[in-house]
Amino acid sequence: MLTLAPLAAVMWRAEAPGGLGPADWAAIRFSVWQALISAALSVALAIPVVRALARQSFAGRGLLVMLLGAPFILPVIVAIFGLLAVFGQNGLLRYVTDLIGLPPIRIYGLHGIVLANVFFNLPLATRLLLQGWQAIPSERFRLAASLGMDRAEIHRFLERPMLREAAPGALAIIFLVCTTSFAIALALGGGPRATTVELAIYQAFRFDFDLAKAALLAGVQFLITLIAALISFRFSVPAVLGAGLDRDLRRWDAQSGWPRALDAAAIAAAALFLLLPLTMVVLRGAPAIAGIGPDVWQAALRSLIVAVAAAGLTVGLALALSTASTASRLRPVRRGYEAAGYLGIAISPLVIGTGLYVMIFPFANPVGLALPVTVLVNAALALPFALRILLPAVQATERDFGRLADSLALTGITRLRWLLLPRLRRPLGFAAGLSAALSMGDLGVIALFADPRQATLPLEMYRLMAAYRTEDAAGAALLLLILSLALFWLFDRGGRINADA
Amino acid sequence: MKYSLVAAGLLAGSTAFAETPVLTVYTYDSFVSDWGPGPAVEAAFEETCTCDLQFVGTGDGAALLSRLRLEGARTEADIVLGLDTSLTAAAADTGLFAPHSVAAEFDLPIAWNDPVFVPYDWGYFAFVYETGKLATPPQSLKALADSDISILIQDPRSSTPGLGLLLWVKAAYGKEAPAVWEALSDNIVTVTKGWSEAYGLFLEGEADMVLSYTTSPAYHLIAEEDDGKAAAPFDEGHYMQIEVAAKVASTDQPDLADAFLEFMVTDGFQSVIPTTNWMYPAVTPEGGLPDGFDTLIEPSASLLISAADAPSVRDVALGEWLEALSQ
Repeated sequence: MLTLAPLAAVMWRAEAPGGLGPADWAAIRFSVWQALISAALSVALAIPVVRALARQSFAGRGLLVMLLGAPFILPVIVAIFGLLAVFGQNGLLRYVTDLIGLPPIRIYGLHGIVLANVFFNLPLATRLLLQGWQAIPSERFRLAASLGMDRAEIHRFLERPMLREAAPGALAIIFLVCTTSFAIALALGGGPRATTVELAIYQAFRFDFDLAKAALLAGVQFLITLIAALISFRFSVPAVLGAGLDRDLRRWDAQSGWPRALDAAAIAAAALFLLLPLTMVVLRGAPAIAGIGPDVWQAALRSLIVAVAAAGLTVGLALALSTASTASRLRPVRRGYEAAGYLGIAISPLVIGTGLYVMIFPFANPVGLALPVTVLVNAALALPFALRILLPAVQATERDFGRLADSLALTGITRLRWLLLPRLRRPLGFAAGLSAALSMGDLGVIALFADPRQATLPLEMYRLMAAYRTEDAAGAALLLLILSLALFWLFDRGGRINADA
Repeated sequence: MKYSLVAAGLLAGSTAFAETPVLTVYTYDSFVSDWGPGPAVEAAFEETCTCDLQFVGTGDGAALLSRLRLEGARTEADIVLGLDTSLTAAAADTGLFAPHSVAAEFDLPIAWNDPVFVPYDWGYFAFVYETGKLATPPQSLKALADSDISILIQDPRSSTPGLGLLLWVKAAYGKEAPAVWEALSDNIVTVTKGWSEAYGLFLEGEADMVLSYTTSPAYHLIAEEDDGKAAAPFDEGHYMQIEVAAKVASTDQPDLADAFLEFMVTDGFQSVIPTTNWMYPAVTPEGGLPDGFDTLIEPSASLLISAADAPSVRDVALGEWLEALSQ
């Protein structure tokens, strides 16, 4: 409803719809193409990293896993500047290539877009797959070890079935994030060749004020989402690995020299790729963060309130959708609930924002409702991710413990309290943390509604940039990074207390 | 809970002001920010009017017009401030604006006689560079296109300066514009969504030059005491941006709106513009321009496509631009 009603509102406000021109088709093709490459690369690169993280334990592993997740929750513009500090004309990489006499690497173009998309989504893929790995009961690895299975056999009997279940969903959601990407495509795209559907919508709104065209393009985005969701359902095979007793995990298969060295290399490479740009963001912002003005602090407070409210709403909705979807006996109904959750990323923030504006305007001043509307829209945008995290966990819990709970006549609130919530602590914490952090960094809809007196932190940061105050903006960016990570850490940690395996 | 408190606070605020008339001005974001002209203008106007001047910021100039079109005649806006001449024809066509009664001696490079829109500031688009890094800047668009100097520009579909460059090339070269864009295409490092991204990338050293305004170096000189940035004067002349305001036809405060437009061309408003909006005032204030503005380049010719022609030229030029850069 939240996503479809605004689309309908924009259509209602629009005049007779025209068709799609060749430029629109080019934008659609480009969107899908760059999203496919980016999603495939993100997931493919994540697999060795996740396997390494899953089977090795070392000091600081928890901190590393959290930091590796950071790029995903960064506002796009902050991440771009971080990436450029490494890959740009004056970046660290340029320094290295100059030193060894290689020609400088140009980041702009399709590969720049893919690089940025992978930078953003490798963390998401890592976290989603890591969850899959952690869902394999430690008893299975124990059994595998006592049966004398080698690594290839463990891969075949345990890891591959898990990946068949988890990877299609991860691919689908990253594909969807990438199809709706806008700012990345423009900043690193190198020119109008890199026009995405989102930009075409922007043009229809802003340049031509052609609401019908904007609605039509939003409809196309919606279709792409639907198709991607259907395909991922088709390929996702539920893994039947059975229930476990949450014992400590030990991996006897991966402690010898070779696998350890490979795992170390995978983790180091990912850490370098993801953490170096983050470090540059910190270095850029550090000198300015002390001088942050009261406006920025107020914006930060507003952002925190919005983020926490949106996270609560997202997790509540995701839990409701997951349990409803799992409880239904009919496959199409189950899939329907699941698909509903994807719609949040299916429709461009610009269309949602404009639609809500058109809907609210006859009754109230939308500007006065900017923050509540932002909470609502941010919750819808984060819902697909929360659902991706919670749904498999709810399904697994019901599959493994549902019959026991049924025989004990645990229903309704009691079942939620005694079965679901205790089993779901970890995914709930992760989902809440991710939603809060995403909402923190989201610029989207607030830019359409807000009056400067109620700016959120990302909006305030953009305003600083627009007023030539680049250094203050870098300070605000660092504050945003710190607050996003802190929120994520608090929720994620909250979900792990007493649940650490 | 917190929202209801905020809402209660807002309600209390609006009842307290119920006696004084409220003039609502829709404008772009950066006008209202603490570093923009908004706060000083508000204080100065409220001294003269016994009214409450409220600015509402909405994105940039193009977003401003879209907002007004969405709201139509039921809008709360009394004044819209921040459109430019590439948008005024489309804005006038909506029928949402009323004629003004301002008579002022404008210090614009061109004669101004629009019955609906009143200019409040103006500037020239230009390519800005660092004097320490680029010893011999190009002296024309053509020379830039033939050189291997790297530039950052903005997308005309989402940015005002980006559209400005589109019209600049068209005004200077007409039918030859596609050839100029083809020659320029290998100079372009990337095309960003808005001015902020491009300027930010330029400050990070991603390219030799960035599309901005002739007045940009004044910011670095006055606010940062950095004289290392300059705008390159081009032989073809520079395209102008004239920013305007107008009275909304459906206003419930027509007299106050007229008074604001009158005030807009006086010193109280105009003297704030140079060092907050970093543009030239439409009517030079009595004290002249601030120190530092005298160091800026003065273009040999001012280019501007008339407001009436802008929409059709814009569409043709966008098609050519897409064609030339998509190859």
